[in-house]
Amino acid sequence: MTDITKLTVYEQLNGLKKKDFTAVELTIAYAKKMDEGRKYNAYITECVDQAIDQAKDSDYRYANGTNRALEGIPLGIKDLFCTKNIRTTAASHILDNFIPPYESTVTQHLLDDGAVFLGKLNLDEFAMGGSNETSYFGPAINPWSKDKDLVPGGSSGGSAAAVAAHMCSAATGTDTGGSIREPAAFCGLTGIKPTYGRCSRYGIVAFASSLDQAGPIAQDVRDCALLLQSMSGFDAKDSTSVDIAVPDYTGFLNGDIKGLTIGLPKEYRPEGLNPEIAAYWDKATEYLKARGANVKEISLPHTKYALATYYVLAPAEASSNLARYDGIRYGFRAQGDGHLDDLYINTRTQGFGAEVRRRIMIGTYVLSAGYYDAYYLKAQKMRRLIHDDFMKAFKECDVILTPTSPITAFPIGDESMLSDPINMYLNDVFTVSVNLAGLPAMSLPIGLSENGLPFGMQLIGKPFDEGTIFNVAAKLEADAKFERK
Amino acid sequence: MTAYCIETAKGKWEVVVGLEIHCQIISKSKIFSGASTEFGDDPNVNVSFIDAGMPGMLPTLNKECVRQAVKTGLGLNAVINKYSEFSRKNYFYADMPTDYQITQFRYPIVGEGFISVDLSDGSTKNIGIERMHIEQDAGKSIHDLSPTKSFIDLNRAGVGLMEIVTKPDFRAPEEAGAFLRKLRSILRYLGTCDGNMDEGSMRCDVNVSVRPYGSDELRTRCEMKNVNSVKFVMQAIENEAKRQIEAYESGGTVEQETRQFDQTTGLTRMMRKKEFAHDYRYFPEPDLPPLVLTDEYINGIKAEMIELPDAKKQRFIETLGLTPYDAMVICENKETADFFEKAAAGHDAKKVANWMMSDFFAMLNKKHLDIQNSPVTPENLGALVELITKDVISGKIAKDVFEIMSETGENPEKIVEEKGLKQVTDTGAIEAIIDEVIKANPANVEAYKNGKTNLMGWFVGQTLKMSQGKANPSIVNKLVKQKLDN
Repeated sequence: MTDITKLTVYEQLNGLKKKDFTAVELTIAYAKKMDEGRKYNAYITECVDQAIDQAKDSDYRYANGTNRALEGIPLGIKDLFCTKNIRTTAASHILDNFIPPYESTVTQHLLDDGAVFLGKLNLDEFAMGGSNETSYFGPAINPWSKDKDLVPGGSSGGSAAAVAAHMCSAATGTDTGGSIREPAAFCGLTGIKPTYGRCSRYGIVAFASSLDQAGPIAQDVRDCALLLQSMSGFDAKDSTSVDIAVPDYTGFLNGDIKGLTIGLPKEYRPEGLNPEIAAYWDKATEYLKARGANVKEISLPHTKYALATYYVLAPAEASSNLARYDGIRYGFRAQGDGHLDDLYINTRTQGFGAEVRRRIMIGTYVLSAGYYDAYYLKAQKMRRLIHDDFMKAFKECDVILTPTSPITAFPIGDESMLSDPINMYLNDVFTVSVNLAGLPAMSLPIGLSENGLPFGMQLIGKPFDEGTIFNVAAKLEADAKFERK
Repeated sequence: MTAYCIETAKGKWEVVVGLEIHCQIISKSKIFSGASTEFGDDPNVNVSFIDAGMPGMLPTLNKECVRQAVKTGLGLNAVINKYSEFSRKNYFYADMPTDYQITQFRYPIVGEGFISVDLSDGSTKNIGIERMHIEQDAGKSIHDLSPTKSFIDLNRAGVGLMEIVTKPDFRAPEEAGAFLRKLRSILRYLGTCDGNMDEGSMRCDVNVSVRPYGSDELRTRCEMKNVNSVKFVMQAIENEAKRQIEAYESGGTVEQETRQFDQTTGLTRMMRKKEFAHDYRYFPEPDLPPLVLTDEYINGIKAEMIELPDAKKQRFIETLGLTPYDAMVICENKETADFFEKAAAGHDAKKVANWMMSDFFAMLNKKHLDIQNSPVTPENLGALVELITKDVISGKIAKDVFEIMSETGENPEKIVEEKGLKQVTDTGAIEAIIDEVIKANPANVEAYKNGKTNLMGWFVGQTLKMSQGKANPSIVNKLVKQKLDN
């Protein structure tokens, strides 16, 4: 008998409709995988009982024909999305007892489409990290690990690990500087961060408000299209969400790429780029060319400033967004000696991990009187230039192709990453510009490295043109013939 | 006005004062959430997840608050900025749930304007407005319910505020007082803030510095936070100025600091030195896009603007003949001005104003009533004045009629009719009374004829008395003179 957890969302939907299996059977199959996969530490909170109740409802709906777009599909939810009556921790000690009395808009959309929630997935604390190692609940582990435990990438590490290990059919993620795309790349999966404003941020624990976007991590391009379809849409409760109609994403999958122009930014190919990655990039380019696409070298001249810009702006916003975790109203509260300031200091010192504290310090510093102009304001100006680079480039091309990450998954506890946070930050070099410019971008697997680890390619689209990304990605996926876990 | 200065043995000083006034916006719901702004409910009843700073919650701007701010800006004769931005002001406090306040910093919604204030000597002075921005209020910390705990009430957290910043244009405590009264009057006319300083819906920070009289330097200023009445603001300015002068004259300096005004002593004391001032780390609020207003929107509000106290006052002076003082008093609040206009419609407006300024206000005062609850309706007051104008009753009888009106609320015609208070204008009847008076007082007639002509008033008085006040005084006057001079 086939392992139904290994089917894609699309295949499962067909199977459910044809009554090959029931939603309850599907959920129970995942519950079994969750048991077997405990070593991956992918889930922070499991809610299988509730999932089975949801699945029963789904089966009832399949029986009476009221089944919805994602009816009975068991998902994992990154533990940054507030879920009503289900603990939501942001992988932080400071929220480890927090049960939201409300549902995020994105997860509400998924529930409204009939999805079943298996539990809440591990991540870097407050989504700050690229390896899932900053989680208060310990790192999630990459299912591609062999002799040594490898990181699944981050911050949506639990999401990627759970999908790769078939502990959920697909997962939600969030992406502030690459947090969907990097883990998708490290775990041989497909993930898309849509245009800023496409998904509502209402009910997602904020990291950096002007950069955060929700998106799916899934087994393939079609599943991403199905998930994003449900997650997207204007929300009056998020003033930065954009009221532009959401097209039918799966409709783009069978499109033609003949005559499309693929841009290759020369700044993304520095001296010393990993030759294996460079070779896969060339290969991907050839696949697209062979299907009639034009290829053009483009320039994004301010790329070299992107990382610095990102690591000024994101911590600045984070330092303010995380101020509310003060021990007064909810979450962890440390004992103080009666003074309000002590209560704050003790709560926040004990409640936040080292990386979160570091970013709060950096953010506080760059916003301080006397430093604001030199750091924050300058970074804002640079952000505008980076955005303008892309807008200029998109006059010459329809979509941009780059690697997702300069490296493959690395071992947990890697000395060079932990000794200098800059080394960790450098992994974001290909992903952060996209967030600064607010653009949609997808990572999809292209092949394995010599030591058997997945590489991801990134497709960057014009604002609100996720459709072209889906079109090109579907072709690249077909040609790459990547074998998932 | 006569220049205000503080004179000491060593010299003359003048004060330089600027005000920052926080005004709670009248709106059904809070500025960034749908929670009610109701005042006086049980603690923590009107609190949404947004107001409580829950994880993942986002602000959305209440359009009604924007509208109220634009209205207010127009009332301050100010520039409405078509582009404005929200910023975060970061500081930790227990009644500020997000630990930052959403406010406007570099780009406020309202720019420069002015308010014209009326001073006691009858002159007016324009006080410049530097800017006005909108922001959210904090909750309330309650420290006196327990010796070991503080309590937080978030009902007020997120209520919309307008912060009005004046230019340092005040040179006397009286000017600041007159400004606050005028500002309150304008806000109440517009219905954008109820202006109750004692309830905290209007709160004033006072910046004071002093300088040698006649100089134009600007010296170090001190700020007094949350001074909560017009009287206290004036007191704070005077006493803080004296403190600073004393410091300078004794060879010391004034440090830039925040001071607290003590209501019981009227003095100010040090709260926080400049070096301990917060670094608020302002930056643009990433959860809210910039606020962009169109000309069409602004003009729409302009078209709906009602007549404000200055314009109304001018009209009452010019077209209704009121004195500037009466017009100012009547126009200070809209209800009074509306009452007056209703009462004066079709009647002698000046007389109506006189009645309002004297007997009518005295009656409200005595009964502790708002004008809205006056037993005397504007129509009835107008009718009373009409009865006097038409010589149906005398001014003296009118006071009695008014007395009855303020007890029963009845209309004056009915009272006059029922009580038979109509003035006697029949000369025959009056002559008969005069004859009787003359007959009964031969000695006084004699004295009058011998040159004591001021007895004339006595004869008039006797006649009126005998008529029980109903005889028309001018007819009595005329006839008494005729009869005595014969």
